[in-house]
Amino acid sequence: MNRIVSYIKSLFLLELLAGLWLTAKYFVKPKYTMQYPMEKIPKSNRFRGLHALRRYANGEERCIACKLCEAVCPALAITIDSEPRADGQRRTTRYDIDLFKCIFCGFCEESCPVDSIVETDIHEYHFEKRGENILTKQKLLALGDRYEAEIAKSREQDAAFR
Amino acid sequence: MSNDLILVAWTLFKILAIAVPLILAVAMYVYWERKVIGWMHVRNGPNQVGPLGLLQAFADVFKLLFKEITVPDQAGKFLFYLAPVAALAPAFAAWAVIPFDQGMALANVNAGLLYLLAMTSLGVYGIILAGWASNSKYAFLGAMRAAAQVVSYEISMGMALVSVLILVGSLNMSDIVNAQAGSKGLFDWFWLPLLPMFVIYFVSGVAETNRAPFDVAEGESEIVAGFHVEYSGSAFAIFFLAEYANMILISFLSSVLFLGGWLSPFQGWGLGFLSVGGWWWLFVKAFVMAFLFLWFRATFPRYRYDQIMRLGWKVFIPIAIAWIFATGLMAYYGVVTVGSEVRP
Repeated sequence: MNRIVSYIKSLFLLELLAGLWLTAKYFVKPKYTMQYPMEKIPKSNRFRGLHALRRYANGEERCIACKLCEAVCPALAITIDSEPRADGQRRTTRYDIDLFKCIFCGFCEESCPVDSIVETDIHEYHFEKRGENILTKQKLLALGDRYEAEIAKSREQDAAFR
Repeated sequence: MSNDLILVAWTLFKILAIAVPLILAVAMYVYWERKVIGWMHVRNGPNQVGPLGLLQAFADVFKLLFKEITVPDQAGKFLFYLAPVAALAPAFAAWAVIPFDQGMALANVNAGLLYLLAMTSLGVYGIILAGWASNSKYAFLGAMRAAAQVVSYEISMGMALVSVLILVGSLNMSDIVNAQAGSKGLFDWFWLPLLPMFVIYFVSGVAETNRAPFDVAEGESEIVAGFHVEYSGSAFAIFFLAEYANMILISFLSSVLFLGGWLSPFQGWGLGFLSVGGWWWLFVKAFVMAFLFLWFRATFPRYRYDQIMRLGWKVFIPIAIAWIFATGLMAYYGVVTVGSEVRP
């Protein structure tokens, strides 16, 4: 009996017609495709993208060269040198992040006692020359200065959960 | 003498009037294929080149034309260059006998159907030559598969044509269309009395053009690209052109043979201009049939080689033989109205 049913099914192409009907339904469905450069998906305020070093409102850099981020970094992407500054405060002389090594885990941000090193939601960046993958202290501070408003906003939104 | 020249010039003009729109139609068909398959995958399809991506096919063509034609060291040079032409020529030559409207055919020959059967079968020689001359394993496998497949489906395709022949009693393409005229609209066409043959003809046509789900000759995921794996640049473009020209040809043929050619689906129903036949009806029907090609490709996975053979030999041919007898009986007892009168 089963053989007869399956024979009739295959003779009258019933299953093939069912398949055609399925693709016909998908044919008229609204499409999911995001036209990426023109339209973008909203990002979480916890998005872990390009790094930045923040400053206090008075312009003083937050980083106190405690080297917790360097210690916690699982990919050994952070290199820090430090010296006492002229006013006796401990500051970094060198703060490099190698973006080729970085795995964007966000541990540096979590370990930072002064919210200095953060990961912004910037993910559209590129390098054109060898060596540009090293984010130096100047670059990190510049990024922090430039995107302070966005960084502060996303920290503010997430503050209750930290 | 000058009359002959005028005749040659006029015929040349008519050939161009078919060939140039055909090439443009192939370009738009490629675009439409990518769009349709995209939509069925819930994607957008090409939409960057030109408005709505309409110029995508032209961008692809020019890319191919500017590329180098590489010839494998071990290839048979002459056959290697001959193969694309051998694939393209029959695909275009077959258009000579397609009747677009009453009296609107390049050559209204009496053996039109026979000529078509010959031309649609000749195309496979290009594919076999390509696979042979490339001197490559994959290309050769593709050619072998194409040969076996076309030989199998040629038979059922020919039988489908024979059933039309029995009803009409003429090989002339215009006669075949006129035999489907009547007062019952689309129920006068041959798809109804010859429904199994219509399905067999179209599916065999899909197999004949090596399209999905019968694309084992190309077999993207098994044998890379099959017979045209060694071809690049404009030589590949010619294979591409031939394949799509053949698909459009099969769409037109099934419209002419089974769907009443230029006749209106509302003929004899008195619906004003809708009941008037004309070439636009043929194009609408061919468009629907061409859409089926794309729909099949987006829906069905590729048949396994032995399944193709089984379908061709153990399903299509027995059904075709049985239906030829049925057609003979229908013709003998005058069940089918042919043209306006019932043939004895």
